Amino acid sequence: MANEVCFRNMDLDQPWTLEQYKSRGGYEVLTKILTEKITQDEVIEQVKESGLRGRGGAGFPAGLKWSFINRNSETNRYVVCNSDEGEPGTFKDRDILRYNPHQLIEGMIICGYAIDAAAGYNYIRGEFWEPYERFEAALEEARAAGFLGDNILGSGFNYDVHSHLGAGAYICGEESALLESIEGKKGQPRYKPPFPAHYGLYGGPTVINNTETLSSVPMVLKNGAEWFKDLGVENSAGTKLFAVSGAVKNPGVFEVPMGIPFAELLELAGGMQDGKKLKAVIPGGCSAPVIPADEMMQLNMDYDSIAKAGSMLGSGAVVVIDDSVCMVKLLERMSYFYHEESCGQCTPCREGTGWLYRVVSRIERGEGRPEDLDLLSSVGGNIAGRTICALGDAAVMPVNGMLKHFRDEFQYHIDNKKCLVDS
Amino acid sequence: MTEDSMVTIEVDGQELKAKAGAMLIDVADEAGIDIPRFCYHNKLSVSANCRMCLIEVEKVPKPIPACATSVMDGMKVYTKSPMALAAQKGTMEFLLINHPLDCPVCDQGGECELQDVSLAYGSDVTRFVEKKRIVPKKYIGPLVETNFTRCIHCTRCVRFSAEIAGIREMGATGRGEYMKIGTYVERTIDSELSGNMIDICPVGSLTSKPFRYQGRAWELTQSDSVAPHDAVGSNIHIHVRDNRVMRVHPRANEAVNECWISDRDRFSYEGLYSEDRLTTPMVKDNGQWTETDWDTALQRVATGLKDAGTDIGALLSPNSTVEELYLAQKLVRSLGSDNIDFRLRQSDFRGGEPTLPWLGMAIDEVEAVDAALIIGANPRKDQPILGHRLRKAVLNGATINYLNPLRYDLNYRANQLLSAPANMVDDLAAIAKAAGASVVAGEVKPEHEAIAEQLKQAESAVVMLGNLAASHPDYTTLCATASELAKASGAKIAFVGEAANSTGARMVGAMPASGLNAQSMLAEPCKAYLLMNLEPDLDLWNPAQAQSAFDQAGFVVAITAYRSAALETAADVLLPMAGFAETSGTYVNGAGIWQSFSGAVTPMGEARPAWKILRVMGNLLDAEGFEQVSSQEVLEEAKAGAEGKQLDNSVTASPSQARMLSGSGLMRIGDVPIYATDAMVRRAPALQKTNDAITAAVRINPTEAAKAGLDDGDKADVIQDGNRVTLPVEIDPGVADGSVRVCAALAGSETLGGQFGEVTLEKA
Repeated sequence: MANEVCFRNMDLDQPWTLEQYKSRGGYEVLTKILTEKITQDEVIEQVKESGLRGRGGAGFPAGLKWSFINRNSETNRYVVCNSDEGEPGTFKDRDILRYNPHQLIEGMIICGYAIDAAAGYNYIRGEFWEPYERFEAALEEARAAGFLGDNILGSGFNYDVHSHLGAGAYICGEESALLESIEGKKGQPRYKPPFPAHYGLYGGPTVINNTETLSSVPMVLKNGAEWFKDLGVENSAGTKLFAVSGAVKNPGVFEVPMGIPFAELLELAGGMQDGKKLKAVIPGGCSAPVIPADEMMQLNMDYDSIAKAGSMLGSGAVVVIDDSVCMVKLLERMSYFYHEESCGQCTPCREGTGWLYRVVSRIERGEGRPEDLDLLSSVGGNIAGRTICALGDAAVMPVNGMLKHFRDEFQYHIDNKKCLVDS
Repeated sequence: MTEDSMVTIEVDGQELKAKAGAMLIDVADEAGIDIPRFCYHNKLSVSANCRMCLIEVEKVPKPIPACATSVMDGMKVYTKSPMALAAQKGTMEFLLINHPLDCPVCDQGGECELQDVSLAYGSDVTRFVEKKRIVPKKYIGPLVETNFTRCIHCTRCVRFSAEIAGIREMGATGRGEYMKIGTYVERTIDSELSGNMIDICPVGSLTSKPFRYQGRAWELTQSDSVAPHDAVGSNIHIHVRDNRVMRVHPRANEAVNECWISDRDRFSYEGLYSEDRLTTPMVKDNGQWTETDWDTALQRVATGLKDAGTDIGALLSPNSTVEELYLAQKLVRSLGSDNIDFRLRQSDFRGGEPTLPWLGMAIDEVEAVDAALIIGANPRKDQPILGHRLRKAVLNGATINYLNPLRYDLNYRANQLLSAPANMVDDLAAIAKAAGASVVAGEVKPEHEAIAEQLKQAESAVVMLGNLAASHPDYTTLCATASELAKASGAKIAFVGEAANSTGARMVGAMPASGLNAQSMLAEPCKAYLLMNLEPDLDLWNPAQAQSAFDQAGFVVAITAYRSAALETAADVLLPMAGFAETSGTYVNGAGIWQSFSGAVTPMGEARPAWKILRVMGNLLDAEGFEQVSSQEVLEEAKAGAEGKQLDNSVTASPSQARMLSGSGLMRIGDVPIYATDAMVRRAPALQKTNDAITAAVRINPTEAAKAGLDDGDKADVIQDGNRVTLPVEIDPGVADGSVRVCAALAGSETLGGQFGEVTLEKA
């Protein structure tokens, strides 16, 4: 059941080439849509039906997003692919760009067709040099083969895809900051509403989907909505790429059906490194609250199960933490990240992320104060839900998760001015 | 407004009617419901970044910003619910953690939005015990002082510069806590509206440099007044302490200046306290000046004027008040002379110009025009608020064309047709002809046709003449041709006076009915002159000619707030007049609005309001009707005299009259730069340090420079009417071929001839 969707060509020798992609039926779905004149509504309906949810972290139903687009808008419509993969722990989209770029391009063309877009943009994380070049090369091949450009496959549909390399800001993975960045402005999130579906890139209705989401589309349409749904579990259709890192023997990206037990995923990653014991897992990227080992070992990897456990599936970045890790030190590093990456636009995040980091940091240094844990909760509470974008929430969630499950470790640091783990 | 477009909402239990789509914060403001805010400003785009205006809306799970939430029918809003208050207090705490506790040494103290709001929403103890952020200050020019450690990143200044000033001078660099406001790569703020950033900055991050450390808001008393520099007549507040003008702030008036004022209007007050202020009457005997008392000086004046009989010329500044101008003309007329004029920078007196030229519309209507041709004018610098209104018109889709001998640095998109001074009439005639006017014109080129077409197509078009046009030797021909163009294209015609009271001066008859005008009374010297509120070397069209006339005159009295070498050379008696803010008065702005103001401080030293000086002179000269005891009384008399005078832009001059400006030589463009317009501005130190305060130079385009064998940085002799000065050469591609820009009103140019005319250049 593994490697059915985005990684289905991983066994090939050069899956990123057009030739090999086509050898597995690549661009057949697109060709069918364009030559058999399958309507835009039908395409959108199938995507909706499949239950494909956004793979970037929020899990918003992709078909629904597409259906929001007013195809009669006066302004141009756009498709934007979010390949800014910046969530710490996440490295799945990188492998799509490296190994299956044509499937992403095919997905972006299908989406472009479905919303009658003028162009597509793929915003690629600044550090992704190799994936960027792979993707560019694939675009060239697709253009040469007539899948991109004017009058695609004689259908009268004109559409091209351009890639845009970011410059290293986490915030540009936030969809509206990403749009600003493409437009050449400072990467800062926009106030919403209006949402990109109404006012997106250059003011036009825009679909923004994650790389994995758009790459899944050709297979959804090829094999049908039911097939895709059946891959996963209720409310979590299809397969999911999990980027497993941390104290496992074989870290890497694994495409597995949604709903797979975490224990199985851990096995796929080779199990725990020798002599290490599972302490906790961050199941969906840095922003997802941590889940202790015992609980995690009972959980399945789907949206609902993880949500029920008080965390989120997020981007599918699974960080495996062993018992040699000090949670205070870990949180300090994560809080530093948000402090560093806050765009600075709105007050609670600009000021609050630095405050959180400094308090965690002083606890780590053995300078914590008795009131600090309550202070962390309070400051976090003043950030969460009050910012322009979700970065504020993202900075607070790991703090809350740690305080919920590992409060004693933090308390020990404060009381004893030293680490529980070291002693 | 139809009922459909109105919605009913409830805010804190109070039912409110509001326009659908209006922002909640505006609706609440209107109803007097206070919602705290920092980043929101009703003249700027919504950024929703400060999060201070978070409020609770029924059925919305999280607090949302009132500034970015539009009202919807039936919406229930709670601005002081536990959820709203918790959010507001949370934001307040975040804003304060890195804000320095330097209120005691901060100029904003006492008028600080952060201070005020923190009193209501802040806590008296801090939970933040870490080191606070420190941000180095930056030099951004002589007007605005920075202290970015105090910055709360509301981005009002950034949005102001992009949206109102129209140049992206301010920006935010860096992320998160390290985000810094600043100019792009160490540049200065050069907008002519930059001082408004001081007002909109909610904290002490941007403060007034001239006012720095000078006083506290609570020590100041505030008087309403009117700005004394241009035809807009911006409404201002004068802030006074111990009988001294400490600063000037805008007074909101949507119809005139909205909530903005130009830097000239804001910072010129400094000139009031120049060392050049004349504070005692002075008389000259055998070339020696001595201070004297009013009686002696006025007796000297009475004798001097009586001796001249009716051969008296009066040159009156159009920056003078209605009251001053009215009494001055009344006095001179009662002495039997009609040689009175305020058109100090005009040279074309052939007649036929409009009898009472004005803007032709209200000032706020300017932003509603959809096409304009602006002739001989640079509103952006000449009347900055008018420039701002034009910019708004462009942002609304207007197309604007310029016909000038200089290409201006504009803050909006416009088409600038560059034309040498001697060709301006030809270009204008060609446009008029293209529009269908029956005027004699040469070749009509596509660029002429394009402008004509735009004016004809527009629903609301205007043809506007400004300062430079008024000084042009073919001014009346420009007026006549522009008038024909306006008629043929269906456009309005607008005349923008150069000074604060150009329109008022005409209203009260400060110009000859049959006597000599400002030009002829200098060309044929009078026996005596009365000069009011002007500097003879800097405020007259042809200073060389003026000097000669005053030299030949038997007696010259100057009523002036300043003394200067030129005044001391020209005059025999100097009478100290009250300056700006020291007198009550009235200006009639370019849109014909009479705006009166009272004095904010008493005049310096022995100086007296000019209307009082003129009244006493009338008494001493046994003139009738000089018994007024208040400026109000003078105003009423002036108003009565002006009754029936209608603002009137109709032109009777012929577009085909002979050209005054012709010749194949290099033509001088003697425009007046923004910070050289009058004696007070010229003495305002901070303004004189700005990049707009240019000094005298030979500005010439590369082609003409090459012809003259000149290079950037060379020195050149400028020779005009036999007068010669040596000035540095600056290459400026924005100067039309066949011409050279040698500004008037700048030190170094005062011994030259007319503002326009043939000059020769020699490498020095």
